[in-house]
Amino acid sequence: MKPNKKYIAEKLALAATALIGGAAHAQDTDSEWDFSASVLTYVEPDRVSAAEVIIVGDKDYSDTNKFSFKVILDSLTGASANGAIEQNTPQTFTRPSGKGQFVTNANSTPLDDTFRDTRGQINLAWTDALMEDMRYTISTNLSKEFDYQSISFNGEIARDFNQKNSTISAGLSFASDQYNPYGKIPVPFSSMVIDEGQFANQDEFNTAFNATRGDSSDTITTAELLIGWTQIVNRRMLMQFNYGFADTSGYLTDPFKVLSVVDNNGITQDLVYENRPDSRNQHTVFGLVKYHLDESIFDISYRYLTDDWDIQSHTIDTHWRFFTGDTSFIEPHFRFYQQSAAEFYQPFISQASTMPSYASADYRVGDMTAYTLGVKYGFQMFEDRAEVRLEYYKQTPNKANQPTGIANLDGLDLYPEVDAIILQVNYFF
Amino acid sequence: MLQRQVIRKFLLGIIAIILSGCSTMGVQPWDRDLLAKPEMAINSSPLDQAIDDHIYFSKEASSGGRSFAGGGCGCN
Repeated sequence: MKPNKKYIAEKLALAATALIGGAAHAQDTDSEWDFSASVLTYVEPDRVSAAEVIIVGDKDYSDTNKFSFKVILDSLTGASANGAIEQNTPQTFTRPSGKGQFVTNANSTPLDDTFRDTRGQINLAWTDALMEDMRYTISTNLSKEFDYQSISFNGEIARDFNQKNSTISAGLSFASDQYNPYGKIPVPFSSMVIDEGQFANQDEFNTAFNATRGDSSDTITTAELLIGWTQIVNRRMLMQFNYGFADTSGYLTDPFKVLSVVDNNGITQDLVYENRPDSRNQHTVFGLVKYHLDESIFDISYRYLTDDWDIQSHTIDTHWRFFTGDTSFIEPHFRFYQQSAAEFYQPFISQASTMPSYASADYRVGDMTAYTLGVKYGFQMFEDRAEVRLEYYKQTPNKANQPTGIANLDGLDLYPEVDAIILQVNYFF
Repeated sequence: MLQRQVIRKFLLGIIAIILSGCSTMGVQPWDRDLLAKPEMAINSSPLDQAIDDHIYFSKEASSGGRSFAGGGCGCN
């Protein structure tokens, strides 16, 4: 197996040096590339499925500097909740492109089954010493999918002190994203045009559909600050604290999400495209403790997030790696997540109420609790390391905090749960 | 207001720890045998981290904290 593996590594090294245009320089150094790769399958039963491949390469060019790259390819297919609530009767929706329809059965969550995308992403990062006990990292990130692209530039400075037992860091990031959804961007709160035989011909439908469409693309810009402190506590323990601030502005609405407008009997009368504020400021504080016991390593982290959309979230993430041999380990993982809803979140709009300035029925900005249970097994494979990770993710909307208001809707599942299974294989060579 | 108080207390607590105690924390270079293990790196599983960040970014309304939050995908 070894010649084959070496061949793959050499090919990847060649591709990687080509990425930075420094092939000649790379040939001169004795340092070798370290590669890792991951293959992932993500499945939400009856909803989205995703497959992802990641390849990461690292190379030290000297004692102080290091180049790394990461390439990600992923593919998504399946169905995604479009925001409309379920009804006692079948519902017909126009696809986001305006081309064709899909029908949802009675008493089922409306899922847009045309959700399909392929994404490519590349990250490049360079770290070097700036002066004694100081270093910098600059990186860039490019991501491209059919209807979305993103580019970001990041810079970070870190300084060690107290005999390298303490490190403080500060980083800035600027990202520019562009959304160009197929079928253009819907006009906020415009009604979904559904062909139920009322149009004389396709042109008449197209005219009505196009009247609900605005620009063909829009942008999102994000500026971020991240300040960190890492501290070695003793021979077995270290900890990290971060504070982050992110300012996001632009088109933060999801062009594929709608809200049901219901009458006093809970019957859908209209479907309108959602509308979110065009800016969001968020603060995060993050703390991590990592502890080496005799035969295991335990870590636990906590993140608190608050933003001006009125979302607050708490995340607790913990791993416990038990060494089962010189080259093998087993690592249980548990993650808990809880968030409060954005102020504009509402599962539907009642005809009797005043139309809000902003509204979204996207479950991802609603009240929710989620947990992840997982286990990872690490072992030696040929002369390399490999890991297999299996995770189960469950997301439960907190119904108690959300109003129904309309008796006829109480028998319907307005807040469906989301389950996902994640299987991942990592290989280090 | 409550969240501002939480953040303020958190930051003040960190500053207090830095000022009072961090110079007494830490180890000598020859005591770094355990800390030098790759598994003890702050981000010892970058592949898992990249995947988790992507998954949770697309399913929840929070991102960042450990690293930068923004950009990336129009996950829906």
